[in-house]
Amino acid sequence: MTQRNARPMSPHLQVYKPQITSVLSIVHRITGLLLTAFAVGWAIWLVCLNRGPHALQIFQDLLNTIPGMLVALLAGWALFYHLLNGIRHLIWDTGRWLELETARRAGWAVLILSLLLTALAWRFWS
Amino acid sequence: MSLRSPLAKARNHGSARDGVHHWWHQRLTAILLVALTVWLVMAIGVASDAGFAATREWLALPWNTVFAILFSVTAFYHGQLGLQVVIEDYIHTRWLEVSLQIAVKLLALLLSVMSTLAILRIAFGVAPLAG
Repeated sequence: MTQRNARPMSPHLQVYKPQITSVLSIVHRITGLLLTAFAVGWAIWLVCLNRGPHALQIFQDLLNTIPGMLVALLAGWALFYHLLNGIRHLIWDTGRWLELETARRAGWAVLILSLLLTALAWRFWS
Repeated sequence: MSLRSPLAKARNHGSARDGVHHWWHQRLTAILLVALTVWLVMAIGVASDAGFAATREWLALPWNTVFAILFSVTAFYHGQLGLQVVIEDYIHTRWLEVSLQIAVKLLALLLSVMSTLAILRIAFGVAPLAG
């Protein structure tokens, strides 16, 4: 392998000092991956709803276990985080909020709001 | 060296050879998903509250059917676009990268068709498959 190919490839996570903007950026990716996995759960839920009450009961029983609830909680937070940070990305796409201080402040807002919305939804959902 | 620029470059298609298609579709589906997530939060609320029959009845209401299908198709498409970039960034073994890209795209297609069919059967009042 040539020297060029042995270099660390993008996005160079290992050479960054963690900062709020970079941490939130990689969390956006991770929540995106998680949400794709949870979308499979959505499809399974629909298939269960189509199949019959017994199948749906199995799905709900699984969700009502402790690990099931933790997965649901993680799914809820991932959904709100990716939603809010996605909006932050869309605003950036218009050329706004790109100043370092604004980007940082919006980042903290996204993090705090995502936790608040998760808590709110948790009450409303269960 | 050719003095003429390649056609792809002249058309602004860049190194990815499909121009801003991926970027644009990711944003378009993102905007749609912002709105559909509001519906999804409501749908999860209904599903966690109502039983089997009531949830099916709710999903069979025309607007809910529309939003459920739109959400399923858009979510799997958006997820597939995102996974594509993650695979491009982190998987550097060519055969594995290509295999994963193909698998992700086919799975996303399969899951969105499966979801759509389940929603349509419920919407059109087809009896459940099993007890």
